[in-house]
Amino acid sequence: MERYCMYDPSDSMLDTAFWGALMRSNRHDAEQIMRQLLVQTSPPGSAEKLVVTALERIGADWESGRAALSQVYMSGRICEELMALIFPRTPDGNNVSGRCAIVLLNDYHTLGKRIVLSALRASGFSIQDWGQMTQEQLVAKALESDVEVLLISTLMLASALKVKDLKTELDAKGFNGKLLVGGAPFRLDKRLWKDVGADATADNAMDSIRVLSSLLGRQS
Amino acid sequence: MKAMSSMERVLTTLGHREPDRVPLFLLLTMHGAKELGLGIKEYFGNVEHVVEGQLRMLKKYRHDCLYPFFYAPIEVEAWGGEVIYADDGPPNSGAPVITSAEKVASLSPPDVYRTPCLLKVLDVISGLKANVGGTVPIIGVVMSPFSLPVMQMGFGAYFELMHEQPDFFWKLMRVNEAFCCDWATAQLKAGATAICYFDPVSSPTIIPREHYLETGFVIAKRTIASIQGPVATHLASGRCMGISDLLPQTGTAVVGVSMEEDLDVLKSAFAGKATIMGNLNGIAMRNWNAEDAEKAVKKAVSLAARGGGFILSDNHGEIPWQVPEDSLLAIGEAVREWGRYSLGGDHD
Repeated sequence: MERYCMYDPSDSMLDTAFWGALMRSNRHDAEQIMRQLLVQTSPPGSAEKLVVTALERIGADWESGRAALSQVYMSGRICEELMALIFPRTPDGNNVSGRCAIVLLNDYHTLGKRIVLSALRASGFSIQDWGQMTQEQLVAKALESDVEVLLISTLMLASALKVKDLKTELDAKGFNGKLLVGGAPFRLDKRLWKDVGADATADNAMDSIRVLSSLLGRQS
Repeated sequence: MKAMSSMERVLTTLGHREPDRVPLFLLLTMHGAKELGLGIKEYFGNVEHVVEGQLRMLKKYRHDCLYPFFYAPIEVEAWGGEVIYADDGPPNSGAPVITSAEKVASLSPPDVYRTPCLLKVLDVISGLKANVGGTVPIIGVVMSPFSLPVMQMGFGAYFELMHEQPDFFWKLMRVNEAFCCDWATAQLKAGATAICYFDPVSSPTIIPREHYLETGFVIAKRTIASIQGPVATHLASGRCMGISDLLPQTGTAVVGVSMEEDLDVLKSAFAGKATIMGNLNGIAMRNWNAEDAEKAVKKAVSLAARGGGFILSDNHGEIPWQVPEDSLLAIGEAVREWGRYSLGGDHD
């Protein structure tokens, strides 16, 4: 533990230790590392930087096939829980403002949404979770809530294709927000997000941080 | 070379020899409803519909298997879960049947022969067998004991069970193994030629190799040994290269491979140990014209056909509803044109 006491946000050993704990899905070690960091140093955003650095690395590992979905999921969940535990006043992470919501469109596969939500919240985004909705429900909710970015998660091809109808209806009813889509159909068919009229796609949870930051006009 | 029956073609390639042409498995389920002009729910509600749909598709596309698989959540339905139908895609499973780890302790597997949804599948298999005898392979399907909990309890809750409550996890595996063995055995008795063991959670896409070695690998070895017939393992689009040395050790004869890995690399990795099946992109397939289909088929054949040990198929184990008849016909034509081994074995 001693080496954590001299934490410098650029300390790659600390980053590696935290990343390793997450890849082993070891919540206890991950929490100990973060608490040591906060006891010894408390630069603003240091915990968030630790989290983002580790999740970015795991995202890159996932893209290259070196990390598995279970590791991505457990990492995001552990980070989200740690941030909520250590910073109880901001359990949803309100450091990055912007009205954003995530939803499943006519799809019952919640894992991808859960992973993205954990990564975004752990990285300081405030994201509303709208669960699973039909097109009709989603249009009504989007217009009422006036969100800036609507993140749509899908696993089924049929659900992904329904984004096109959703986009048409939202446009017709004057929705001004942007649509960020993700999920297996968009990964397997790189043209699909454009075909359905989305504003952007993200290949994985960490990529969603970059893309969402861009859509909100902020640096990731 | 004399034209072979589908069964001869498949058995030859499974023996790592070259048949008359590359076998083609169009893993079609919902498309049978289109053939009969029915909705998906109505189609799967009647045994005669599914038998007729499968036979019509066999004749129309001239591919090499019958696929009496209804939809993945049928096994959850057997455990008392809900199935949610859609008009334009496969049915999904509803709310989890296992809502807490503690519920695992009191779980017992359903009796296959007293479960109406499973009996329908058995009747379809018997009906198909009565029509084709031994000329066309009939592929039965089971969810692996290790992957079924994704539908029984939800992906996230299952990951948490695996990592945080190993006692309940192993209890669940024992119950699921008993069911899987019973379900596979019943399908073989009804006339299935082989069993496709869907095990996506074992893919390195989903869990790390080290975790697979301790879990999915052990479970697959035990379960496949208990199935008295040939088994094909399908990872449902998941990658397999990271466990390519382990999969043949489970006793599987075939591995369904992902479009995210290179067919030539996969072919080398499994050479002489298992036949590979794949890996056409089912998502992109919905937009394929004849030229696209020919290009995809030629590429796959050139990379993996030589020496047998290869079945051309989609990469997921189920062709999406949105893939049109013309694309499927084009794939069939391309295989008959470019998959012939009598071309001299030069598929480059």
